[in-house]
Formats: sequence, structure tokens, C-alpha cells
Amino acid sequence: MPGASDPGFDTLALHAGAAPDPATGARAVPLHLSTSFVFENSDHAAALFNMERAGHVYSRISNPTNAVLEERVAALEGGAGAIATASGQAALHLAIATLAGAGSHIVSSAALYGGSHNLLHYTLARFGIATTFVKPHDIDGWRTAIRPETRLLFGETLGNPGLDVLDIPRVSAIAHEHGLPLLVDSTLTTPWLMRPFDHGADLVYHSATKFLCGHGTVVGGVLVDSGAFDWEKSGRFPELTQPYDGFHGMVFAEESSTGAFLLRARREGLRDFGACMSPHTAWTILQGIETLPLRMARHVENTRKVVDYLAAHPMVDGVGYPELETHRDHALAQRLLPRGCGAVFSFALKGSRAQGRAFIEALKIFSHLANVGDCRSLVIHPASTTHFRMDDAALAQAGITPGTIRLSIGLEDADDLIDDLSRALKVAAKAS
Amino acid sequence: MRLQIDGREAYAYTGGKAFDPALPCVVLVHGAMHDHSVWALQSRYLAHHGRSVLAVDLPGHGRSAGPALPSVEALADWLVALLHTAGPQRVALAGHSMGSLIALEAAARLAGDAALQVTQLAMVATAFPMKVSPALLETASAAPLTAIDMVNAYSHSTLAAKPANPGPGTWTHGANRALMRRLQAGYAAAGHGNLFHHDFGVCDRYAGALPAAKRVRCPVRLILGGKDSMTVPKAAAGLAEALEAGIVTIPAGHSLMAEAPDDVLNALKDFLLAER
Repeated sequence: MPGASDPGFDTLALHAGAAPDPATGARAVPLHLSTSFVFENSDHAAALFNMERAGHVYSRISNPTNAVLEERVAALEGGAGAIATASGQAALHLAIATLAGAGSHIVSSAALYGGSHNLLHYTLARFGIATTFVKPHDIDGWRTAIRPETRLLFGETLGNPGLDVLDIPRVSAIAHEHGLPLLVDSTLTTPWLMRPFDHGADLVYHSATKFLCGHGTVVGGVLVDSGAFDWEKSGRFPELTQPYDGFHGMVFAEESSTGAFLLRARREGLRDFGACMSPHTAWTILQGIETLPLRMARHVENTRKVVDYLAAHPMVDGVGYPELETHRDHALAQRLLPRGCGAVFSFALKGSRAQGRAFIEALKIFSHLANVGDCRSLVIHPASTTHFRMDDAALAQAGITPGTIRLSIGLEDADDLIDDLSRALKVAAKAS
Repeated sequence: MRLQIDGREAYAYTGGKAFDPALPCVVLVHGAMHDHSVWALQSRYLAHHGRSVLAVDLPGHGRSAGPALPSVEALADWLVALLHTAGPQRVALAGHSMGSLIALEAAARLAGDAALQVTQLAMVATAFPMKVSPALLETASAAPLTAIDMVNAYSHSTLAAKPANPGPGTWTHGANRALMRRLQAGYAAAGHGNLFHHDFGVCDRYAGALPAAKRVRCPVRLILGGKDSMTVPKAAAGLAEALEAGIVTIPAGHSLMAEAPDDVLNALKDFLLAER
């Protein structure tokens, strides 16, 4: 630095937000396990509290290790800044709580992670925030669902469980026509596969628990702002454009033309709801991000081999991976996800729920658990676990069959993964 | 605070406190492709420490109506008109980059003004001449988003500014790029054209610094970025000599207020809040 352009993705993954520690010379990012930070004097204390100086006061609001993670993810996403949160769910809640209140309305893709669906459909409704769910491909549906009280459009880059590719350019254009931002859950793709801001999204969040961390060790989230959305021009967000009594009458959009959303989210949402990230978690996720480009390339390479194997197997009814021409979003995926469609997908095993269970139990390398995005390969059978309360009709409504198996492909030798699947498929066939 | 200047709306951020013309006033002038928010932290501090603050949006930038004005001299006239409208009697002027030249010209215009005394002039990340390479001006004309990326990269000296404006978690490169893109898009949408090309042309064409310096009567401080690749410190030597200015060098790049907000504030505080 400096140069005629910002460094590339792989360099940012290692360096953005971090420099050798001026106090100790430590090259790796120090882990600041400290709840609070000493003021230089009374004037310094008052200036920090009143946002006259930038710095750290208390680790619920900000922390030096967390700040490195926030700046790094913002850099990788091409954003203006970020906030680390206790989980991906906390990031989603923080985004919504910053922009919406009782009486507000959200338009959301129906193809969502179950936890996000629960938050929108059940929990936020209890607090007076309503959500209309639309099929992600139903472009007219997005437009017609918008109401005067709508504050946000929301979807996943790759929707759960069928990997519906969100048409971010078209959905964001609809959002912007109505003076609304588009929030995108980019957990399954990570910025290495797609940067939603480049396609028109305004806010992005991750369950950093998954690929960003990459090792299945900690739970965390990151909420990123592109800095592009003009809250004042929209006219729908007095939370950002009118004085806020809860922070000395601050008008966030005046204070920072591109950072208003994050200022309010930090100064209100983190302060009051308190769903902050532990510095230890931030440090652990940073270790993962340093190898994100290498891991994602291998995740995708392995996934392609496994997908090809399963797609040709007689016990498999279909594989839902957008790189396959049979997937309804194949063309859109080629446009938006040229590096690959991630490492999480579902396939339909021929047969009964019992055969699905037999398949799972026969696997030796794949771990049977409820997570994705680990460096180890993972598997789950939704009909007998996450969706076990549903009958077959309800499963069908959710796009799940009794034989649906979800895989998260890890970094093992692809041949070993295919051997493991092959053995389990034979067991499942015999269990009929 | 919104004012009418020459029949057009102008905006100035007042640092989170109502503007009081009876107080000594600090005027903060942003540079090319920026707005008042680059001064957010310094504005708040000064406004809460005995000064009234006017961190202006220049015409065509941020909340001030366009079109942008064609020269440093025209912008200085506008700034003087704004000050006469706002009504402070004692002002300290501070500007960043292009804004530093506007502040210099305004200080020259106000020398000897009986109603409005300029007490200090602080020029941040300044240089004279402030020439812009023909290649950048051509890029600005043909591909302004590419030009924004180039200037954004050259404006930063580090990937890890601590602390950053406005606070932890800010990716300074991304925030600056977003601001420049927003201003560029807003100016074009208002039908005024290419703001990047306009602003950098204003910097490139300005030739009046040395005559202006001869007219300045107040103490002057240059606050320079030791790692600045846009306005390199040695390019301010002539100005420093002409203005008999003190120099403070901060270990940061051209985006001084973003990369080193505390250092800039401390330098401003030491200079502007000293009893005169």
C-alpha cells in the first residue's frame, strides 16, 4: 500500500483490518480478552462516549479484536463497515431491529433457513413486525408484496433447502424502486463465491459459524453495510434521519453519510439488545478467514465431484445443485456464481424414511449433525431430524421428500467421500 | 444547519449542537468528492468544547444544492457568503485537500474584514500546485468509477487504520469509496454531470495560492500526512514558506481524518483552541 487499486481478495483475507501490533510487534491478530478499556483522562472518556473520538469503551459495543474481524469481512464484501454479532441469527435480528419496529413489514423469500423463518414468521410477529413470504423466483410477487409500511426485502443468496438462487439484481432493483434496502444472507456462498453488493444488495450478513470460521468451532455472525443505500433520500427511515433521543439527539445520517445504519445498529442495537460477539470467537473466525480462499476453492472442487457421482447413481432421484443443468436456476447461477455454488446441497434418495436413516447411519466419514460449512463433511436427514414433526405432505410443501439428504462437503479427499457415500447407498438399497 | 446562499440551499453540519454565532467558530471544508461527514469526529469534539462548528457541504456535494462551482476562487466566494449569512464574528478556517485551497482563498478574502475576523487557518493534506495527472483526468472523464477506485486506493496508506472515522468496524477504503460513488451518482442524477471530473479539474486549475498567501494575516498550520501519496508533504513546502506556516506531520495517508482522526483532532485542537 498504496497502489492504483485495492489489494486482491486473498491479500485482504490475510491483512484487511490488521497490522503488526504497535505495542508488542505481534504479527498475528492479538486476542483482546478485556471487557473494557482505560480512558486517558476525563476529557478522553467524555469524548469517546459522545462520539467525538473513535475508540473502544466496553466490549459489548466494540472490541479491538472484533474490529479486525468487522473490517476484514467488510473489505472482503466490498462494504463500508460491519458489526460482529453473537450469531448469524443475532445479525439478522440486529439488521431488522435497526430498521423496523412495531407496525413495520418485511418482504422475504420463502426459501429460508428454518431459524430465519422462525424469527420472521413467529417471533417478530409477536413484536408487531409482519412478514410476507414470496417465492424467490416470483419477481412480480416481490413487487406486489411491498406495502407503505415495508422496511426491508430479504433473501438468501442460495435459498434453503433447494438452493434457489436469489436474483439479486432484479430483486434489489424492485427494492430500490420503492426506496427500500435489500438484505441478503450470504452464509452459504461467502464473499469468495459472490459479493452481493456488486449485484445491488445493500446489507449482507453471515452466519460466520459456517464457512467464514470453517472449522465448526464457534458460533458468530457478521452484519455488513455497503454504505450505498441513501436513507435520507428514501424517506422511510426516521430511525436514521431524525434525532434519536437515545443518543444525545444524534441524527445518524448526518453524522455519517455512509455509516448511518451501522452507527445506529451499534449505538442502539448492540448497546441495548447486547448480542455481541466474544473476542475469542472473533479471533477464531479470523483464523478461518485467513484461509477462506483456499478452503472455498477446495470445498467447491470436492462438491462438484460428489455431485457428479450422486447425479449418476441409480439410488438417487435427483441432486439439487445449481451447477447442474437440471436445476431451475442453472443459468442465473452461471451469471451470479461463476466460481461455484458452494458446498451445501440436497439430494433425493429413492425409498422410504427408513432407508434414509439407514443411509445416514452407514456413513463413516460424513458426520451426522445439524450444521454446515465445516471443514469436515456433514450430513443430515431432514425428514427424521430438523423436520421430523412434518408429515409427507408438509414436507413436500417445504420442498423436502422423505428421502431428502442434505450434505455439506468438507475438505477431505474427494475419493474417500465418494467411497463413503457409495457404501452407504448400498446399505440403503438393501434396507428397502 | 441549512442556509440560503446565492438563492440555493446550503448545508453545514454543526457537530451535534445548535450553531451559536456568538461563539468562536471553526469552519471545516471538505475536499474533492467528499462531504461534511469526513469531519464528523472533529466536528463533534470542537462543538462540545466551546466552539461553534460549520462543517460545510460544498455546492453539489452532500446536502448542498448543485451545481458545483467552477473554481477554488468561486468556492471561496461562496464560503465567505455562507459565513456572512451564518453570522459568526471570529472564525478559524480548516480545509482538507481541495478544501484547504478554498480555506486559503477565503482567509485571503477575509483579511481586513471588519465584521469577520479569521483567527487561524489550518490546511490539511495540502499542496500547491495541486496538479492532477492528465491520465487521471482522462480516466475521470471516461470511466469515473475506475477513477474513484484509483483515487481511493492512493488516498489510503494502510489496510488497518486504528481508530477510524467514525468508529471501530469501519473499513475506511470501503466507506470512502461508497461516499465518492454516492456523490458521483447523486450529482449525475441531478443533471449536473461528472462531479469527479469537475472536482479534480478545480484542483488542477488553481493557480492563486501564492498571491492569496500574501494576503493572509492569521497564523497558519499545515497538517500533512507523512504517507500521503496524493498531496505528498514536499509539495507543500512552497506554501509553508509563503504562509510562514508551522507544520505537523501525521503518519497517515491522504485520507487523514479517516485514517488518523485522533491525530488530526489533536493537531487542530492544539492550534485552533489555543488562546489568541
